Amino acid sequence: MNWDLVWSSFGPIISGAITGTIPLTLASFVLGLILALLVALMRLSPNVLLSGAGRFYVSVIRGTPLLVQLFVIFYGLPSIGIRLDPWPSAIIAFSLNVGGYAAEIIRAAILSVPKGQWEAGHTIGMSRPQTLLRVILPQAARVSVPPLSNTFISLVKDTSLASLILVTELFRNAQQIAAFSQEFMVLYLQAALVYWVICLVLSTGQSVLEKRLDRYVAH
Amino acid sequence: MSPTESDAQQRPRAGSVLSARNLQKSFGSNTVLRGIDLDIRRGQVVALIGPSGSGKTTVLRSLNGLEIPDAGTVTFAGAAAPVSGKVGGEQPGTLTIDFAKATGRKDLASLRDRSAMVFQHYNLFPHMTVLKNVIGGPVQVQKRPRAEAIADAEKLLERVGLADKRNAYPFELSGGQQQRVGIVRALALKPQLLLFDEPTSALDPELVGEVLGVIKELADEGWTMVIVTHELAFARSVADEVIFMDGGVVVERGPAAEVLRAPRQERTRQFVQRLNHDI
Repeated sequence: MNWDLVWSSFGPIISGAITGTIPLTLASFVLGLILALLVALMRLSPNVLLSGAGRFYVSVIRGTPLLVQLFVIFYGLPSIGIRLDPWPSAIIAFSLNVGGYAAEIIRAAILSVPKGQWEAGHTIGMSRPQTLLRVILPQAARVSVPPLSNTFISLVKDTSLASLILVTELFRNAQQIAAFSQEFMVLYLQAALVYWVICLVLSTGQSVLEKRLDRYVAH
Repeated sequence: MSPTESDAQQRPRAGSVLSARNLQKSFGSNTVLRGIDLDIRRGQVVALIGPSGSGKTTVLRSLNGLEIPDAGTVTFAGAAAPVSGKVGGEQPGTLTIDFAKATGRKDLASLRDRSAMVFQHYNLFPHMTVLKNVIGGPVQVQKRPRAEAIADAEKLLERVGLADKRNAYPFELSGGQQQRVGIVRALALKPQLLLFDEPTSALDPELVGEVLGVIKELADEGWTMVIVTHELAFARSVADEVIFMDGGVVVERGPAAEVLRAPRQERTRQFVQRLNHDI
């Protein structure tokens, strides 16, 4: 085993994680969640046009491969005159993808809050948006942390697909060193290890968050 | 409750605080209200009784727009004092909602401004402490100063014997304590009218008394209240008027003693007898 190579490769791989994988994940997840909340509210709307549009969006996102979505945005759009750089393409594709999956999670979480909570909010004079923000979403958050954590952790690993549209991130750096050194097994295992460590940290964060949100629930 | 507070909102006045006319409501093919009229005077306590499915809860929920009747009107009289406690705010005038016309969010909001509701299942906000539950309406909706809302809330909590629970979460309280918080949350809004939807039906029998005790005190203080209840003994001791409903109509109404002791209608008699046998 070429230990020198192993040690010297961790540098570029980790720097790919810090400058590529992690910011790409965070940006896409935050934008995706905002989108997901909007889509969830559309789907819950009594307006058939809104709820229909929401359902269509979720169906398209969940019914097509993420890699294809990424390619359509980066390689497809230029043929209709929309040319995006790798980073914006990746963030758009991942946000749209998270938006589709998380929308269903948030919708279910909102529906899981008893109707009496809406009524209590209304009877103390809160408007629908106020009740949603102050009463319903905090309770929905507790329910949605485990499934949203799944989405988040999947997203970390899915960002490796961005290497295929030339985004410099963890996996692309590993690939380049592997191609150069021909040490494929070592480099890909190193990449896997770094992804795993990131996900372990996130799982720990999930437990902490769940405990925090559970403090008002009987055990 | 300090005397000044209750005096301010509940100053006895001639005439009705609330009048409902010809409330009608169907759920699909099931007609639950077939033209209900109600008049509630300032300081009056009205008990709505009747078998389940009689429409009594629907009437109560119509008064604050949780249920939107298909037709009918609800009129609140102008307040004797600022109901919402808005500093420098206008004193609310007469408000009439005609349910036959489209009722928008604004209509519902102004309707809900006049009353506060105590629910059968408390419906406290589980993610907020007792204090936050109580001050939510006054601070976030009525925009009253936070310090003032907290001082009021503490006074009210102390009144119902829960001053030491201000930082507890609802799950840490017994059912009776939760319902007392529910009552305090309603009182903190300083409403013209208090609505109770079977406030003791979800409670263990040994906890019913503490909640009924609080409601009785409020009645004695002169709060205007409409109470849907199955507790006939309680209705007899606290209500000025009892309204017996069955099948979406008012079968009989009158002073509590008359309706509950010597009902004129056969249906009322059967209902009262059946409940009394249960006891």
